[in-house]
Amino acid sequence: MPFKRYVEIGRVALVNYGKEYGQLVVIVDVIDQNRALVDAPDMVRSQMNFKRLSLTDIKIDIKRVPKKKTLIAAMEAADVKGKWEKSSWGRKLIVQRRRASLNDFDRFKLMLAKIKKAGVVRQELAKLKKETAA
Amino acid sequence: MAPKQRTSRVTRNPELIRGVRKHSRSQMYHKRGLWAIKAKNGGKFPHHEKKAAVAEAVAEKVSKFYPADDVKKPLSNTRKHKPTKLRASITPGTVLIILTGRFKGKRVVFLMQLSSGLLLVTGPFKINGVPVRRVNQAYVIATSTKVDISEVNADKFDDKYFAKQVEKKKKKGESEFFEAEKEDKSSLPVEKKDDQKAVDAALLKALEGVPDLKAYLGARFSLKSGMKPHELVF
Repeated sequence: MPFKRYVEIGRVALVNYGKEYGQLVVIVDVIDQNRALVDAPDMVRSQMNFKRLSLTDIKIDIKRVPKKKTLIAAMEAADVKGKWEKSSWGRKLIVQRRRASLNDFDRFKLMLAKIKKAGVVRQELAKLKKETAA
Repeated sequence: MAPKQRTSRVTRNPELIRGVRKHSRSQMYHKRGLWAIKAKNGGKFPHHEKKAAVAEAVAEKVSKFYPADDVKKPLSNTRKHKPTKLRASITPGTVLIILTGRFKGKRVVFLMQLSSGLLLVTGPFKINGVPVRRVNQAYVIATSTKVDISEVNADKFDDKYFAKQVEKKKKKGESEFFEAEKEDKSSLPVEKKDDQKAVDAALLKALEGVPDLKAYLGARFSLKSGMKPHELVF
């Protein structure tokens, strides 16, 4: 099973531990076997252990250690944010965040909606069953 | 308006060295103009009239009776308690979840905080059976759902309203013992029922505006599988 996502300059990764948990960052340089220099538009460039990063499919075209302006321009050109939010991984995270931020009232309304939907589905199923039985 | 021009205060009697000032006592008397004040007042310093000395109570007759032991009098304490600090998340109209007592799990509307610190709360009664009631802040979860409570008038409720009715005890004979038990349970006086209706009428109108809110208040809160209270947003 060959690897598909490589650590390379320009690889977009998701931080999975620490203060920047959940943010997308770009690998801007490799320091040594364990650490990378990592940068994001709203973050001070810093080093991170590879264990704290989860690689994504997205890669942008930059040279080693670009200036912040160049980095931001390259991210806009590649539309990292858009691609991320369309990808199934990104969509899942958005849904998780939405669910976690639900209010008690929202959870109640959600429950009502689920019951309603299940009722409609069950009605249709009953109709279909009657048709095949007949 | 421009502030008053203030030159920094210059001391009349500067300190030369620690402990030694420039002018002597009599020099300072002259500098401060105390001679002029005296002259203005006719040779004396002006002073307030002393308050009439509290007339000593007429010497109490020495009492023949002394208590057996010296009883210490407790020190007087004039501290007044402030009502409990209300959590920032609880504002008039907030929906609260009651956690203890016979109404545990009920979602209820907060009206106001009473002077004792307890929260005044109502179901509304028609929706979930919770009457106008007092509840302690500590046994309540505040949700972030707010109801418009501007039309509701809760002024007639205070801590005295909720005090227990003291009934005169009647001596019962043995024969009356069994009958009397039936009379003990008195129903709520009509005025209290009317107060409830008055508060709830205005509140119900406000609740109509939000869809599903009435059903929400009628349902009880419970923890289901997978719900982690420390991660829930209320």
